[in-house]
Amino acid sequence: MTEATGPTLCETTVPRFARGTRLHYDRVREVWFIQAPERAFHADAIAAEVLQLVDGARPLHTIIDLLAEKFAAPRAVIAQDVLAMVAELATKQVLLPA
Amino acid sequence: MSAPPPPMSLLAELTHRCPLQCPYCSNPLMLDPRTQELSTTEWQRVLDEAALMGVLQVHFSGGEPMARPDLPELVRHAAQAGLYSNLITSGVLIRQDTLRALADAGLDHIQLSFQDVDPASADRIANMAGAHAKKLEAARLITAEGLPLTLNFVIHRQNAERVPAMLELAEQLGARRVEIAHTQYYGWGLLNRDALLPDRAQIEATTEAVAAARTRLAGRMSIDFVTPDYYEDRPKPCMGGWGQRFLNITPTGKVLPCHAAETIPDITFPNVREAGLAAIWEDSPIFNLFRGTEWMPEPCQSCAFKEEDWGGCRCQALALAGKADAADPVCHKAPDHKQVTQAIAQRPQTPPPFRYRRFGNA
Repeated sequence: MTEATGPTLCETTVPRFARGTRLHYDRVREVWFIQAPERAFHADAIAAEVLQLVDGARPLHTIIDLLAEKFAAPRAVIAQDVLAMVAELATKQVLLPA
Repeated sequence: MSAPPPPMSLLAELTHRCPLQCPYCSNPLMLDPRTQELSTTEWQRVLDEAALMGVLQVHFSGGEPMARPDLPELVRHAAQAGLYSNLITSGVLIRQDTLRALADAGLDHIQLSFQDVDPASADRIANMAGAHAKKLEAARLITAEGLPLTLNFVIHRQNAERVPAMLELAEQLGARRVEIAHTQYYGWGLLNRDALLPDRAQIEATTEAVAAARTRLAGRMSIDFVTPDYYEDRPKPCMGGWGQRFLNITPTGKVLPCHAAETIPDITFPNVREAGLAAIWEDSPIFNLFRGTEWMPEPCQSCAFKEEDWGGCRCQALALAGKADAADPVCHKAPDHKQVTQAIAQRPQTPPPFRYRRFGNA
């Protein structure tokens, strides 16, 4: 993956799913997928936790707060993971700033 | 053999009718007639069964799927069943109202085919006057509607030099993805191989154009590149392996592991009119015929790559080596590899006229 050329992300960014992409729980395989144009990416457990909180209204800092509380983890660690993951999904055209 | 993993995607070929006559069409030489097409209710049952089995994405294709007036109803049904829906279309039947009906029904994505960027050449390849102009208008309507758009270009010796312009057109039209897909040579493509097969210099130029565009457009537009396997050393993992990820249903309900499988002789193809989709996927002889690695001959059986390329394409083995269970002749280790090198060597300097895809022309 090359460097992201999309808009820069920071904690005040409100992410949303691009049209034609969404999070999908697969009841047969019992895993989460990101459904996107002509492909479905497997979403690991962490990505699924983050993406379930993406609703086009919550800014990233709220998502980070919620996850830090839920997993009783250091906020800085969660923030780093969430920002990196969201940036990667932005380069894949899955997430956009709302 | 243990139960296979469920399929990821379903190609639903709603009809073989199409206003275009592209000489590389992936439909079989013997096209299914309209009178025997599956009904709306039959397709709805199939979509429900597919979703229950674990299919994630349904690709509505054809022919031209928009020739079916019940398409919006089927898209709505797919959405309600939780399936991601993709429309694979020539675009010539897209108007504001027909597009709106599909968007309202919950369509997720559209893949729009183009034959070229030069309008005269594009209309000649499709054998339909005015087709290219209609496609440009369709692309404009799709992006105005906000639906994600993939452009698909099939590449061959008569348009390969314009790949850079195709990528620019995709960017101008606001496509999110573009497919630059070299022609695959079975069915109509094989019939027209001399008119379509590029030379090595054309392959190299398209590969470079795609690499340059990928760098330029990273994060904005993704590019899928399908190389022509005649020029590769190793075969492609066709359909991600026979009966592993993909199934295809023809307009009359036959269920196939790939869209060219009907060329394989002496096989009864299961039909959704006679059996359930899950039973067909798991138990039918055709799906188990080349599933896994046990069926493989040498040199595949002792090859380190056998679970990467799955022995290549069965339909290509049949078309070139005369046996569906032979090693794919594209592989440099295959005993019939000379079929591929000869096809390249004997390609005429001037392309012969196209034999267009239409009922009764094979």
